[in-house]
Amino acid sequence: MTDMSYLDGNMLDGPLRELFAVDLSSATGRCESCGRLGPVAGLHVFSHAPGLVARCPACGGVMLRLVRAPDRVWLDLRGTTFLQVPMPLDQPHPRPL
Amino acid sequence: MSPGFQGRPRSAEPALPPGQYLTEDFPVLSAGPTPRVPLDTWEFVVTVEGGAEFRWSWDELMGLPQETPTVDIHCVTRWSKLGTNWQGVSLDTLLEGIDTAARYALVHSYGGYTTNLPLDDLRGGRAWVTHGYDGGPLPAEHGGPARLLVPHLYLWKSAKWVRGIRLLVDDKPGFWETAGYHDYGDPWREQRYQGD
Ligand SMILES: [Zn+2]
Repeated sequence: MTDMSYLDGNMLDGPLRELFAVDLSSATGRCESCGRLGPVAGLHVFSHAPGLVARCPACGGVMLRLVRAPDRVWLDLRGTTFLQVPMPLDQPHPRPL
Repeated sequence: MSPGFQGRPRSAEPALPPGQYLTEDFPVLSAGPTPRVPLDTWEFVVTVEGGAEFRWSWDELMGLPQETPTVDIHCVTRWSKLGTNWQGVSLDTLLEGIDTAARYALVHSYGGYTTNLPLDDLRGGRAWVTHGYDGGPLPAEHGGPARLLVPHLYLWKSAKWVRGIRLLVDDKPGFWETAGYHDYGDPWREQRYQGD
């Protein structure tokens, strides 16, 4: 495997923003194939393809695939066992206005 | 003889499938790193639905009858390239004498890529395992040492770095087909995505 023709996972920020209400730029994910936990921003993204293919930097396993048609989008996360997204501390009561 | 009796002039026929544009270069598309496969360990394997395997080494592939198809290719990312010259072995040759009741094929590659298509589309002089392009060896970035070539379907079906084909009774979607792309992928019917 000798190829450096990928981008880093920061480039997923824009395409995923179409799908998710939360900001995934600081999310981490766990690789289904090797178990590595790391930032989405650290994935290797192959974009010269019919879709975006994000691979684990450790084992090369496919963790995320995103296909965009003009009127539809598909997200395949089966290579990711979880996405961990930082959230604001849950407030027990509504904040005062 | 009445002029015009022979129908539409040939130039009126569409040269390109719908939604495609013509390119002169050969864009490199890849879903992952380029695998480097040494020829002395390279193999091509056809696995029949019952589990029987038929294997060819590189030398054995070279020893089979060679063909030089000149074909138009159409990528789902909308570029088309006309009159490309390949060298390889017809799937008719490779499948000859293999007894199967399978109707589907799942092609698999070095590097883990897969793609599915009906077995019939690999027959009838329409598909090859190619190892040459434009008079030279097929470059790794275009799928060498060997690449499947099925030019009547979108190019993602023409798996780079091909390693083998599983013959299946039931269709099993491949890498892009599980992520939204069409199971058949006929460019003339613009079957790009699931449901097209
Ligand atoms: Zn991994």
